[in-house]
Amino acid sequence: MDFPILSSLILLPAIGSIFLLFSKSDDKQTDTIKYVALFTSLVNFLISIYLWISFDSSISNFQFVEERNWLAGFVNYKVGIDGISILFIVLTTFITPLCIISVNNSVKIRLRDFLIAILIMESFMIGVFCALDLVIFYLFFEAGLIPMFLIIGIWGGPKRVYSAFKFFLYTLLGSVLMLVAIISIYWITGTTDVVKLYELGIDQKYQNLLWLAFFSSFAVKTPMWPVHTWLPDAHVEAPTAGSVLLAAILLKMAGYGFIRFSLGLFPFASEVFTPLVYILSLIAIVFTSLIALMQEDMKKLIAYSSVAHMGFVTLGIFTLKQQGIEGSIIQMISHGLVSAALFLCVGVVYDRMHSRLINSYGGIVSIVPKYSILFMLFTLAALGLPGTSGFIGEFLILMGAFKDNFLVAVIASLGVIFGAAYMLWLYKRVVFGEIINKDLLKMPDLDKSELIILISLALPTLFFGFYPEPLLNTIEVSVKDLIEMYKINLMTR
Amino acid sequence: MDNFNYILPEIVIALGIMFLLMLGVFKKDSANLIQNISLIILIVAAVLTFNETLGNDPTLLFSKSVIIDYLSSFMKIITLLAASLVLIISSTYLKIFKIFKIEYPILILCSVLGMMVMISSNDLIVFYMGLELQSLALYVLATFNRDQLKSSEAGLKYFVLSALSSGLLLYGCSLIYGFSGSTNFDIIATQLNSQEYALTFGIVFILVGLAFKISAVPFHMWAPDVYEGSPTSVTLFFTMVPKIAALTVFIRFLYVPFLNLIDQWQMIIVFLSIASMLFGAVAAIGQTNLKRLIAYSSIGHIGYALAGLATGTNEGIQSSIIYITIYILMNLGLFSCLLMMKRNDEYYEDIHDLSGVSKNHPLLALSLLVILFSLAGIPPLAGFFAKFYIFKSVIEQSMYFLAIVGLLSTVIAAFYYLRIIKIIYFDKEKEKFDSDHSIWLKFSLTFSTILILLYFIFPSQLVEVVSRINII
Repeated sequence: MDFPILSSLILLPAIGSIFLLFSKSDDKQTDTIKYVALFTSLVNFLISIYLWISFDSSISNFQFVEERNWLAGFVNYKVGIDGISILFIVLTTFITPLCIISVNNSVKIRLRDFLIAILIMESFMIGVFCALDLVIFYLFFEAGLIPMFLIIGIWGGPKRVYSAFKFFLYTLLGSVLMLVAIISIYWITGTTDVVKLYELGIDQKYQNLLWLAFFSSFAVKTPMWPVHTWLPDAHVEAPTAGSVLLAAILLKMAGYGFIRFSLGLFPFASEVFTPLVYILSLIAIVFTSLIALMQEDMKKLIAYSSVAHMGFVTLGIFTLKQQGIEGSIIQMISHGLVSAALFLCVGVVYDRMHSRLINSYGGIVSIVPKYSILFMLFTLAALGLPGTSGFIGEFLILMGAFKDNFLVAVIASLGVIFGAAYMLWLYKRVVFGEIINKDLLKMPDLDKSELIILISLALPTLFFGFYPEPLLNTIEVSVKDLIEMYKINLMTR
Repeated sequence: MDNFNYILPEIVIALGIMFLLMLGVFKKDSANLIQNISLIILIVAAVLTFNETLGNDPTLLFSKSVIIDYLSSFMKIITLLAASLVLIISSTYLKIFKIFKIEYPILILCSVLGMMVMISSNDLIVFYMGLELQSLALYVLATFNRDQLKSSEAGLKYFVLSALSSGLLLYGCSLIYGFSGSTNFDIIATQLNSQEYALTFGIVFILVGLAFKISAVPFHMWAPDVYEGSPTSVTLFFTMVPKIAALTVFIRFLYVPFLNLIDQWQMIIVFLSIASMLFGAVAAIGQTNLKRLIAYSSIGHIGYALAGLATGTNEGIQSSIIYITIYILMNLGLFSCLLMMKRNDEYYEDIHDLSGVSKNHPLLALSLLVILFSLAGIPPLAGFFAKFYIFKSVIEQSMYFLAIVGLLSTVIAAFYYLRIIKIIYFDKEKEKFDSDHSIWLKFSLTFSTILILLYFIFPSQLVEVVSRINII
């Protein structure tokens, strides 16, 4: 048997966190603690890069599959990756070290516990993306609530308790129905193994209800309108690193779930409910963009923009066209990089000025030039300027949508314009204009660690904007196979 | 004489009780000694049960009125282990309240003996005998801190209400005897005539009595008061041990004589289950006293265990047993934490006393975090698996309504568990608690926390053991 590389990816952060747990927690040793955490996550990143390199993107089967007995004769521990999941795993392992570097300024108390929470979170997130069994997937999907609840609740802002509860209960309520659906699938088909389920298919008469149960969970997590209200609260109150994890990776679990489970397992129901998803996505795109325009809190604005961007993602997934789904995946990766960067940008000024209100800034371009340049880059990437990764995603999604339904695509394109409006307006109000707030003059520019973080996020954003080939290559076969399987299922059953 | 070999554990305990009573009378200041001897007796009994009966075919003794099978052995071992853990972690508490007396371990032994009789019973009379033995011991235990008003009140309340329910139960027994001609479970099963409505009445009366003992809604009213008023170590005992015995009788009673009448009793169990889950979840939200809160949460948890019983399948029974086992483990951890909440020999039991514990006692807080999330049923902790098995067996029978109500009440219940976690982790710290706890208390907390936390690594061990319990 081969070396269990996926399991070690999942376990490594957890092991690192055990080391941290037994280290001394006094404030003098914060450096050591941080290096241990950083080292763990970097090793994990290297492993995942190795995984990506050795991944064979020309075959659509699951690779690096590990399977062992777990729940006696019922659920096997099964993990494996295909072209879709590998990208999310790399994204996770890439974002986590950046989060750990970013704690320098933002986390003042209980650094050790914070790092433990982040590392445990990484374990769970990687687990979600490589689980090949519904129960295992559910396990990781739900388990992530615990560290995130603590991250928001302990290190968050003034309304943190409310936000943490809202986050936890919303997501839990969405997910329990998925658990019912998973167990029902077991009794209907006799297995919860995703690969086997792909082959077996699920009887058409059950699909609608099961689809809705999965949808309730993914819609909350995505989040789709009208169950998105937990997200702005959670983002605003979470510490910077928490917001980054939430926006960059947690939201992607749902998009991934839509592709892997809703499309893969319930083709008939997906066909039935596509109009519903279209409508909700369009509302999310247009409506939350308009809300974002009116926000005065920078973090809240970016949070609403996340909802709009995820609207594009769900739209693209349910176009069921090669371009649409590929676009959604790239949009998710790109949003992972860009929203992480934007939250970090907000974090940078928040750490200095302790305000997230847009009108307490203005004219900082001459005070912090480096910051302004990078912030500009990410603003443009967020609105989908050609040459950034954001463009590729939105472009492919719209292309898929045009193929499917002209009207939908037109309305969605409106969202792109609104996106440009709120992002540019935000940038204008924060960076340009006159300096009204005199305190801003004393604001230092980016320090070394912040520069490292933002540049390492900027590089892939630009690189994949000009040259998306590596991403597209990786997912192409898997997506094509998924769509083929979808169509065959529709025809034969 | 063969029969006596099988009930050797019960004999050991019964003789032990008599010996210890004599010892207590004739030797002064022997509380410590008696405590240790009782512990040894419990463990010896557990070993004997394990040795003699585990894995054998079901054996009927004493003209079929006592049954020794896998179910009874498993439940007895759990009872004995839980009781012995209660004994070892409660001594500090008792000493501080100056109620560390010889009667305490002896009463616990008495009630354990009663429970063992209940667990093995295959006859209404034997069952009632065991029930009364354990109940009488429990009344006294509830009032054990007799100088405290609340404790006496708890005992009295428990006694009055419990006696009432015993009366109902006995009336049900007499109805069943009258219409089936026997008190023996096996014979009743063959004499069943589902046209006899009086039989159904009998079943209902007995179910009411049993529901009272496990504090299922709507027969739960005594539980919060009694749990709050009794000494904490006794509350620990109440929340764990009697429930095992009562649940076993529930299983045996429903599935041996009355399996054919499942249409008649299934609705009742479903109702008890739904009402308990919902009520336990909603009523606990307003509580600030930890012991009361645990009382309501235990009502909710019993609801889940009953959901497994309502299915009418072997898998359902097994999932209930798994649930109660894991529940006991979690409760043990929770009460170990409760017993650690003392400052200068005074115990605190309000949830706000936990405020900011995570700063002063990070490990205690971490254990509580694990235990509470597990009680809320969040994966990957043990509590999730307990609920998972229940829902698996419930959904197998297409009882979707029950499953969805159960899961929704999980979400409601999550709220109050989260509230405790919020107080522990998000609020401002108060004074430190003492940290000079007995080694056993620390052991039981670490033991239960680690088991809960790492349950997901070997989740099938417990299932394999339990899956050998086949009643139907």
